[in-house]
Amino acid sequence: MKNRLKVLRAERDWSQQDLADQLEVSRQSVNAIETGKYDPSLPLAFKIAEIFTLPIEQIFDPKG
Amino acid sequence: MAKSPAQRAYIRRLAALMSVYMIAIIGGMFAKRAGMLNQPATIAVALLSGVCVAGVFWAIARLIVEEKDEFQRMLIVRQAMVATGFSLSIAAIHGFLSAFDVIAKTDLYWAAVLWFFGLGIGAVVNRIQFGTWGQCA
Repeated sequence: MKNRLKVLRAERDWSQQDLADQLEVSRQSVNAIETGKYDPSLPLAFKIAEIFTLPIEQIFDPKG
Repeated sequence: MAKSPAQRAYIRRLAALMSVYMIAIIGGMFAKRAGMLNQPATIAVALLSGVCVAGVFWAIARLIVEEKDEFQRMLIVRQAMVATGFSLSIAAIHGFLSAFDVIAKTDLYWAAVLWFFGLGIGAVVNRIQFGTWGQCA
């Protein structure tokens, strides 16, 4: 599943570690999600959406 | 790399179990060679060593239960699955070869050793597929 995590993170000038700290996950987790190697669970996807204050579908593209 | 509370707990448990294991196995071997162990003491030393190894499986199970980072948890589960497939496959093949007297019989605790080796293979598989080794060593 494609996502805009890297772009959204860059817009806010956050490092992967900054985002990982907010999500309370490891930096490796953020990297795996960003690179599309791992699709987050629904609760984690909601948490990501909350942090970026965007709807989930504006972050994740299920067709990707 | 910062360790999660679950990983720190796992390392503490592993260190405690391995300390007792080393004391039991080394102390037991010296005591046995010196003829200081009677039958009940020998059984106790053997059981203590085995229970410590079983404790490592428990520690890994607790790590899976307690780890809050779902990606890290998945890596550990994948490692354990690779380790299980690897060790049981070798145990099965070895078992049939020894049953047909092709090779000598081996002590069963080697299955556990193979499983721990399999965790390392699982870490390599994770590294190839997900770009990270995981944190269960």
